[in-house]
Amino acid sequence: MSLGRKIYLKSVKDKKKLKPGKFIEIDVDLILSNDITTPPAIDAFNQSQIGKIKSPEKAVIVADHFTPNKDIDSAEQVKKVRNFAQEWELKFFGAGCGIEHALLPEKGLVVPGDITIGADSHTVTYGALGAVASGVGSTDIAYAWVTDKVWFKVPEAIKVILKGKLQPHVSGKDIILYLISLIGIDGALYKGMEFCGETLEELSMESRFTISNMVIECGAKYGIMEPDDKTIKYVEKRAQRPYLPLPDKYSIKEDNDFDEVMEIDCSLIEPQVAFPSSPANSYPVSSIQKVEVDQVVLGSCTNGRWEDFVKASKIIKGRKAKEELRFIVIPSTAAIYKKMADEGLLSVFIDGGAIISPPTCGPCLGGHMGVLASGEKALSTTNRNFVGRMGHKDSEVYLANPEVAAETAVRGYISVPQ
Amino acid sequence: MSSKQKLNIKGRAFKFSDSVDTDQIIPARFLDTSDPKILASHCMAGVDDEFASKVKPGDIIVAGKNFGCGSSREHAPLSIKGCGISAVVAESFARIFFRNAINIGLPIIECSDFNTNTGDEISIDPEKGHIENITTGDVASFCEFPEFLSKIIAAGGLMEKAKEGNSGE
Repeated sequence: MSLGRKIYLKSVKDKKKLKPGKFIEIDVDLILSNDITTPPAIDAFNQSQIGKIKSPEKAVIVADHFTPNKDIDSAEQVKKVRNFAQEWELKFFGAGCGIEHALLPEKGLVVPGDITIGADSHTVTYGALGAVASGVGSTDIAYAWVTDKVWFKVPEAIKVILKGKLQPHVSGKDIILYLISLIGIDGALYKGMEFCGETLEELSMESRFTISNMVIECGAKYGIMEPDDKTIKYVEKRAQRPYLPLPDKYSIKEDNDFDEVMEIDCSLIEPQVAFPSSPANSYPVSSIQKVEVDQVVLGSCTNGRWEDFVKASKIIKGRKAKEELRFIVIPSTAAIYKKMADEGLLSVFIDGGAIISPPTCGPCLGGHMGVLASGEKALSTTNRNFVGRMGHKDSEVYLANPEVAAETAVRGYISVPQ
Repeated sequence: MSSKQKLNIKGRAFKFSDSVDTDQIIPARFLDTSDPKILASHCMAGVDDEFASKVKPGDIIVAGKNFGCGSSREHAPLSIKGCGISAVVAESFARIFFRNAINIGLPIIECSDFNTNTGDEISIDPEKGHIENITTGDVASFCEFPEFLSKIIAAGGLMEKAKEGNSGE
């Protein structure tokens, strides 16, 4: 039985009900929503006239998408959400606190073994902590507020074994882009992905978050990793709730009860770039022709963590972003922002010609803080390069890791550090 | 909703390709409201700026694989429902879009071998799992939803189910 199903078992006691394809209703540990997805949840909650939130302590709302508010309408939305959170005593993080999927792990609000839902597709990020975490919609959030529950179709599970030593300048982003390019944008649709293997063991928590974060880009319901010493070290000083490291010394690697098994030789992976307009459209940067860009974005729930900035700062140090290129650096939480200030990274980026933005999802979804005009191109460490994702329908987004982003900012065209 | 869902659906088709993502269905710049009427006025703006002015209540969206992939924004099915679209037929749906549609009572149908062009007249019999292209005479069949989902649809959406009390698994 896969790790995902094992965790579902804590709510569904009967193993027989956990056959793939069956529908279950399960208790959730955490109910997340943001400034964009909470308003429709409030509407659904109000229209139902149920008038009671079952477990207010399970709800977390993060205003991170259009904050600090970009216009009057988005300010009104956040006001609506903030007032609702106050009225029902729900945990609320306002402008500048951080991007939800970086913030929640940092605050210890998600722990191993959790069943987490979030009205944001990148909720899958928490799989890196050993939580079964899935993106859902706003009505699901309203339903969970009043019942503590969510419905799911029990997914088939794919075991993904990561092996081989990584090449220089390759990190979690390249592994997941490579994987998505292998299986396609719907290659794991309705399925759970469970990661293991020697390469994973070597990866930092940051790289693990990046991998889990992007499993949605191949359609997966969750992307879980079994907690190891690194996970526990990360979680133990932060956890706001007790947790079980693992049920029965479980190991994904040893488990043969998977619907599919994939083995990836990570030693073959070079730094990747995903061309417009699909995250599955990935190639080694070394193989591409010259692509000049107007903007580089370094940040997001995918690649806006401490290690991402450390790696990028080493590339940019003593150099300068190309003139006229907009190099936007976005620490994903207030704590990371402060650490960058304390340890001199902000100076490195500012000297390198960067624009430092407060924590926000902003440009990733074409919201604000870096929207593209027609014909413009951006290289971004975010997760999606759909048509018009960062602005005008005729703009283009290329996805890559933070080191490629920094080198590209200096050269003005998509490049790998030498 | 249950009786409404069971009624025959008839309308004009709007054809879309594979992997139409939610950024295309409702671009993020329009996410500063949750009002279905306003969202409807921008429906499909990322693919076809004129869709919202061309579409009429009762029309049907017919798409390829992985419809509604990407972001979890429920604004996507809300905007489609707000236009008065009577059903979305696709080869497959991305999972969050699928659950959002079920939860808000937007009729969706998974059907893999149905040929349509924009403008064709389509007729759907949800009871019999039968879909017909009246313009070309092409027919196809689809499976009814499992009982669990039918119950949510019959209740009129997920919050209606919540009101009925937790009926358990």
